[in-house]
Amino acid sequence: MNAPIAEKSRLYYPKMPITWWLRNLNYFLFMLRELSSVFIAIFLVVFLVQIAALARGPEAYTTFMRKLESPGWIIFHVVALLFALYHSYTWFDLTSKVQVVRLRGRQVPPSLVTAVNIGVWLVLSFVILLLFLFA
Amino acid sequence: MTARKTSEPFWWALFSAGGVVAAFLVPIHLFLHGIAVPLGWVSADVTSYERMRALFGHQLVKIYLFVLIALPLYHWAHRFRFTLYDLGLKDLRTPIAILCYGAAVIGTVATVGVLLLV
Repeated sequence: MNAPIAEKSRLYYPKMPITWWLRNLNYFLFMLRELSSVFIAIFLVVFLVQIAALARGPEAYTTFMRKLESPGWIIFHVVALLFALYHSYTWFDLTSKVQVVRLRGRQVPPSLVTAVNIGVWLVLSFVILLLFLFA
Repeated sequence: MTARKTSEPFWWALFSAGGVVAAFLVPIHLFLHGIAVPLGWVSADVTSYERMRALFGHQLVKIYLFVLIALPLYHWAHRFRFTLYDLGLKDLRTPIAILCYGAAVIGTVATVGVLLLV
């Protein structure tokens, strides 16, 4: 690449704009994937606070659970769930491409590995649901 | 040129483990504790204080909850650190790394503390 000839012969380093991720859909989806980790972290902190309320006693627990019933928190959790599902799907898709799985000397196609991961996720989710309801 | 020794692989490993936990376990818990229970879709027998305390007080459940809550914090920390770099804050490299991983460590300690009390 030719450096522009200037009186002081300085090299030109283009600056990446902070809004680079708004340039096209793929960059934007990438940023959304990164953002998913924020929503997951916030949910986990809220969940920890719920467990802390549980430890403090019935009144504290009931007061806290009532807060979770507010429209704001419901909306937050719905949005967070969407982000979490997006993380799960992109995670399975990515890790199946990055981690080569071999069976009998041949590579298992990544799409199959992704599908198996999704299947395992569904089974695990169902098991957790059953344990939460009936254990 | 030899590569500088960094702790990067350690944090990346935690990021990876946290990502696996988040991918497989977080959605159902989000749905249960954030949506189904608050909206009253679960019977009161299941969500009563006594039952929840007994369920979350069980030793094995506590270990599970520790993994569920603590590991994804490292996933967030690593991801958020590099997202801030991508948003132009590369000059603040060191304070950002300390804040991100530090927050995850504090979260881990808090998780242990709370779970010991249940």
